[in-house]
Amino acid sequence: MHSAGCLLRVSTLGKSYGPVQALNDVDFDLRAGEVHALVGENGAGKSTLSRIVAGLTAADRGRLEFKGQPYAPANRKDAERQGVHMVMQELNLIPTLSIAENLFLDCLPNRWGWIDRARLRAESQVLLERVGLGGLDPNLPVSQLGVGQQQLVEIARSLWRRCEVLILDEPTAALTDPEVELLFALIQGLRGAGTGIVYISHRLEEIQRIADRLSVLRDGRMTGTRAVSDVSLEKIVRLMVGRDLDSETLHESRTAGPVALAVRGLTCAGCVRDVSFEVRRGEILGFAGLMGSGRTETLRAVFGADPLERGEIHLHGSERPARIRSPRDAVRQGIALLTEDRKAQGLLLPLAVRANITLAALRAVAEKWGLVRRADEAGVARDWVQKLAIRCHSEEQPAAELSGGNQQKVVVARWLFRDCDILIFDEPTRGIDVGAKFEIYRLLNELAGRGKAVIVVSSDLMELMAICDRIAVMSAGRLAATFARGEWTQDKIMAAALREHLTTKPLSRSDDAPPAARN
Amino acid sequence: MQNRSRWHAGLTEYLGLAAALALLVLVFSLSTRNFFTTTNFTTIANQIPALLLVATGMTFVLVLGQIDLSVGSVLGLCGSVLGVAITQWKWPAGLAMLAALGAGVFCGAFNGAVSIRWRLPTFIVTLGVLEMARGAAHAVTRSQTQYLGSAIDWVAGTNVLGLSLPFLVALAIVAASQFALTRTVFGRYVVAVGTNEEAVRLSGIDPRPVKLAVFMLTGLLVALAGVIDTARFQSANPNAGLGLELQAIAAAVIGGTSLMGGRGSVVATFFGVLIIAVLNSGLAAIGARDETKRLVTGAVIIGAVILDQYRHRLERGRST
Repeated sequence: MHSAGCLLRVSTLGKSYGPVQALNDVDFDLRAGEVHALVGENGAGKSTLSRIVAGLTAADRGRLEFKGQPYAPANRKDAERQGVHMVMQELNLIPTLSIAENLFLDCLPNRWGWIDRARLRAESQVLLERVGLGGLDPNLPVSQLGVGQQQLVEIARSLWRRCEVLILDEPTAALTDPEVELLFALIQGLRGAGTGIVYISHRLEEIQRIADRLSVLRDGRMTGTRAVSDVSLEKIVRLMVGRDLDSETLHESRTAGPVALAVRGLTCAGCVRDVSFEVRRGEILGFAGLMGSGRTETLRAVFGADPLERGEIHLHGSERPARIRSPRDAVRQGIALLTEDRKAQGLLLPLAVRANITLAALRAVAEKWGLVRRADEAGVARDWVQKLAIRCHSEEQPAAELSGGNQQKVVVARWLFRDCDILIFDEPTRGIDVGAKFEIYRLLNELAGRGKAVIVVSSDLMELMAICDRIAVMSAGRLAATFARGEWTQDKIMAAALREHLTTKPLSRSDDAPPAARN
Repeated sequence: MQNRSRWHAGLTEYLGLAAALALLVLVFSLSTRNFFTTTNFTTIANQIPALLLVATGMTFVLVLGQIDLSVGSVLGLCGSVLGVAITQWKWPAGLAMLAALGAGVFCGAFNGAVSIRWRLPTFIVTLGVLEMARGAAHAVTRSQTQYLGSAIDWVAGTNVLGLSLPFLVALAIVAASQFALTRTVFGRYVVAVGTNEEAVRLSGIDPRPVKLAVFMLTGLLVALAGVIDTARFQSANPNAGLGLELQAIAAAVIGGTSLMGGRGSVVATFFGVLIIAVLNSGLAAIGARDETKRLVTGAVIIGAVILDQYRHRLERGRST
């Protein structure tokens, strides 16, 4: 019944959370020595499936077989003992402990309770070398590592034990390009050794590079398993969202209006040097660059969120430089920043969609003396929910319960209600599934069409090339080049992004410096 | 329809607390004849205004995601200032009360300003002020209890429809505070800062004035509580309000206010205060010893929070 080399087989798996059917009649199999990609929109059931396999959740229905035997892990530890490991999106490392201590946390080599430091160190060294971090001191606290290195340490932890199935959940979300290469080399090595790897990712280009087969989940059902070499990107997207997405219609030609924001000679300690640019009304300006190139820092400084050392910001063609020393100053002058980390820096998760939308302009729906006019507030919220097609039960639903794409729209609604004219988006589609991405693109287009000045920072070059009128490329804290639509090619942009790295060494915050590796 | 569901939500929110309170009253009424009497209820009503005011301030502080450990000492200091102003400095009663209120507001402003300026956790700053205010209370009174005689008897002595003036004032302040917290821009900012301060800052709202205002408001309410207690005992004891901070936190927590910020209600805190007061008075009426009282009160605090968690899980299950 089970073919040779079939490591893990899942059949007719079902799982419900209350009325929500997270998994419905799912079949899935993993062969030894293959990389099997699992894709699907957020909420399609990828995480549920992998959590069941890794022993974190129990299934309601269906059966699991591991190496031909019935398999029902009681908990995560049980799964790991049998050789099934999972590296989660949220890292499970303890920042204050050393790398070595984290690697062997549940079984520190000891003699009558005294930790055997020498053995701990030696064994850690071996593991670190296997994941390409041989240069690191195992005694370094984890807090001093970059996110990418932490991810690799987490993988190293799985390798110590017999590892026959390894589940990687969005492993490259926070990695820099060299780290991605390192990870891929590691995956190749494990594959060669016969480990079956489940690879969950939103990045389809990566999957085309690394995976052998691919399974697509949609709304808790498996919509297809294919050999990666047989399917095109378009086909994958169609399997995921159930319809075709036409990327040609993304950019609409429009005429840019007057200059809305002009930045001259902006310099921030350590990460941004002498950056000048301008953006017009009705224009989308993209910011490309490698991680750590200073894109986010530049725009946070414009918004007053971080202090700037030197430089002038002119608004709406004014000769006098604007005084922006806090986000409050920036918002009052019509600048909005939509942060990359919506959950930590944008939303009030437990509060209603209504309160999230009106937050920045609450006084507009309140009496002079401070009473919030409830009916007005709810009306405003309903209005924006409708205008931006935010999917929620009602405007009273907590923001936490919305999907990533709809949460992003809630933040957009907040700024539109505040009537900001200059909108800065930092990674607007990070963590948002493919279907919703296109909705965000359409929204950005519409904003520019309405005469807003839109700035988009993104690590996804295809995204920028699809939606922007112009793309500014940053490299090691400097503005390396600006391209207009039609002038750019992927090669030209990449060359510009690398320019400063070829001539000078970057400032203190280099690209692979561990801490503060915010792009 | 919208309004009805809101009423409905409001009712269910307090139904559990009201039921718990009713149950307590019932149990004590059945256990002893001394409990369900007008005298006993009048006593309770006279005892709670001070705790009620302090717990109201504490609710704002907790919703903001902060904590104020200094309230007990500040109450002692405000009472001491009032007592000394009347007995030693021979100030008129009205002016002395203003001075006491001023001392409370000053302490609150100090708590807020220091934690904002040096970015210190309010746990630390208010812990320091807890010591400093108690020290100041002893300094102004030279550690002597100040006996006021009948100088401000009217404060505690005035009765309207059988209810004392402090009780009515406290009720009015609870109502006004609940209104401020749920219906005004200020209240929304308090909840928002307690939920996610960085998101609020990046929305162009400066969280610092909100913080300062909440601590000053708490200082004012604490001072008012100090004036009321001083009038009730006709004396200002520099040791007044010892341990009050924990009672106030307990009352808020029993009412379901989250120590993590972003969630809380003044009305629910009011129920918390009532539950603590009924528990104390009931246990005393059935002749329980002090150690029993403390054991039971402690268990009630923990039990209330466990129940509250279940309630929230249920609610969340229903909404999704």
